[in-house]
Amino acid sequence: MEHPRKAFGWAARDASGILSPFNFSRRETGDKDVTFKVLYCGICHSDLHMLKNEWGNSTYPLVPGHEIVGIVTEVGSKVEKFKVGDKVGVGCMVQSCRNCQNCAHDLENYCPQMVLTYGAKNVDDTITYGGYSDFMVADEHFVIRIPDALPLDCAAPLLCAGITVYSPMIYFGLNKPGLHLGVVGLGGLGHMAVKFAKAFGMEVSVISSSPGKKNEAIEHLGADSFVLSTDQHQMKAAMGTLDGIIDTVSAVHPLVPLIGLLKSHGKIIMVGAPEKPLELPVFPLIMGRKLVAGSCIGGIKETQEMIDFAAKHGVKPHIEVIPIDYVNTAMERLLKADVKYRFVIDIGNTLKPSS
Amino acid sequence: MGSSNAFGWAATDTSGHLSPFHFSRRENEADDVTLKILFCGVCHSDLHTIKNDWGFTTYPVVPGHEIVGIVTKVGSNVTKFKEGDRVGVGVIVDSCKECECCQQDLENYCPRTVYTYNSPYKGTRTQGGYSDFVVVHQRFVLRFPDNLPLDAGAPLLCAGITVYSPMKYYGMTEPGKHLGVAGLGGLGHVAIKFGKAFGLKVTVISGSPNKEAEAIHTLGADSFLLSSDPEKMKAAMGTMDYIISTISAVHPLAPLLGLLKLNGKLVNVGLPSKPLQLPIFPLVGGRKLIGGSNFGGLKETQEMLDFCAKHNITANIELIKMDEINTAIERLSKSDVKYRFVIDVANSFSSSNM
Repeated sequence: MEHPRKAFGWAARDASGILSPFNFSRRETGDKDVTFKVLYCGICHSDLHMLKNEWGNSTYPLVPGHEIVGIVTEVGSKVEKFKVGDKVGVGCMVQSCRNCQNCAHDLENYCPQMVLTYGAKNVDDTITYGGYSDFMVADEHFVIRIPDALPLDCAAPLLCAGITVYSPMIYFGLNKPGLHLGVVGLGGLGHMAVKFAKAFGMEVSVISSSPGKKNEAIEHLGADSFVLSTDQHQMKAAMGTLDGIIDTVSAVHPLVPLIGLLKSHGKIIMVGAPEKPLELPVFPLIMGRKLVAGSCIGGIKETQEMIDFAAKHGVKPHIEVIPIDYVNTAMERLLKADVKYRFVIDIGNTLKPSS
Repeated sequence: MGSSNAFGWAATDTSGHLSPFHFSRRENEADDVTLKILFCGVCHSDLHTIKNDWGFTTYPVVPGHEIVGIVTKVGSNVTKFKEGDRVGVGVIVDSCKECECCQQDLENYCPRTVYTYNSPYKGTRTQGGYSDFVVVHQRFVLRFPDNLPLDAGAPLLCAGITVYSPMKYYGMTEPGKHLGVAGLGGLGHVAIKFGKAFGLKVTVISGSPNKEAEAIHTLGADSFLLSSDPEKMKAAMGTMDYIISTISAVHPLAPLLGLLKLNGKLVNVGLPSKPLQLPIFPLVGGRKLIGGSNFGGLKETQEMLDFCAKHNITANIELIKMDEINTAIERLSKSDVKYRFVIDVANSFSSSNM
């Protein structure tokens, strides 16, 4: 055992990505650490990519999970912000260098030495294990307080899906009342973008290739309109109508029609990351002074801000709570985008060490 | 229209060969300013247009949209200009003047802009500055500051504003930050000068090693990065806050994106004729952006001219006579000019040409 405390979770042993019970260890609560019992963990599509080693950097055994919420059970002697019994969460990162320009500007997510919550080498040279497990130990700096107004199961997906769309909406000014936002792709990220945009007072159009999502988008998520991306007429009618687009699609897809939907000075922000380059027509960018940008999760300060905003404005993901035993089936369904819109594992009630 | 009252040089087919051409210009109306053209810059867009590279040229076309001259007549509604004033006309000569873009002094983004040449206008087509005079709505005429030379200042009307506008819009003006200028031609050399005037550190990024000496000793860049040297490119990764890319050939974006720091901005002002390949990971992983920009509105162009007058910024030019234009165009197509040809129009058109 690498660490002194026994831990239990579910891990994949190879790139088949099949998860099963796994005994491992976690460190003792250090001076600046917060230890919490995990109650819920969201399933992010990144978990699926990592389980199957699609990005080529997975190490096994892999315990995924970076949308983790629970109750504090122990705090280190130098911890100031949290106490036992607090409702807390941890997102995509558990450490950074704390020294560089990025860290100094609350942009730990862009620190070159940022440590991911799972599957990454930590500062003590051990591999990190994520939230499909019974408890977490994390540096206080990377722990988020969950306000009482937010149910814990709903809070979990905000820690990755939420911040991933919130951060660029703020940074690129796509958070002003009256602006018209397009959201491409209606999954975990997409549905959060719709909800935040409505909370910001924006007009929202969902752009999707699945006609079946129209009803959901408008009736259940509050979008103002729906554009079927495979329908030439609808796409043409929507040209030059959007101030911004949040593009959550991670499959390779054409940018040209999306750039056409933007008004002059419009911005398209990629938060899904297709693995092959996309074709970029330069004429429309130049003629309309448009831009294409990317964004990756968010810093800790902003993640806390986002959680507080969500609590205040009732921005909650639509979730399907599942027992840990269902997780492999959930992954199969996630692969087919068969979930509205985030699976959340009920760790607290269903994760029990095998006898 | 009246009888042919104007004279210039036009291209008549996709060979792009320019030759003498008589045509007519409209009468000077109440809102118009007529100027006798003294100089006109030769922009790479002129070359693209005369050869119909972009597919929307109508011949015959008289190019030229970096026009400077002296006012010879003003309409009754014109208050800002009088006879004898030194003025310029740039890339556009009209817009709707009513839409949101026009109201925000962004006539360059108005869906109904009228380009200085090759655009339908008032029942005919606009013809540009490779000619003896032009009649333009007063809103689209620029005042040339007294201490800005007309010949070396002409290229500012397109090349200048084309880099100045995005540098302001995308916030590439913070003193001490590091600007990369990719491509060293008409646009690139002016971008260096603006970069230095804004207090930036400027690195020229180019595939031609023989441009290094000029870049640093003549144009004032702080350093030079040879884009064809993989080791030098690697060492420069993550060092630039901004990049202005003036490259109009199809080129890989990944290496340029790699040069940017976190939150870095790549602005494209060159117009490749085919789409580029955009890798998304570097954008997402570094919150970087790639944007475009299209010259500038009239208010900003005037601001830019005044800025240049204050900071003594002009283009490095090679002055030519009108009958040398075809040779100049050929040299331009091989990037053989430091860094803008300017036609000495007034001294080219003697009475024997008419």
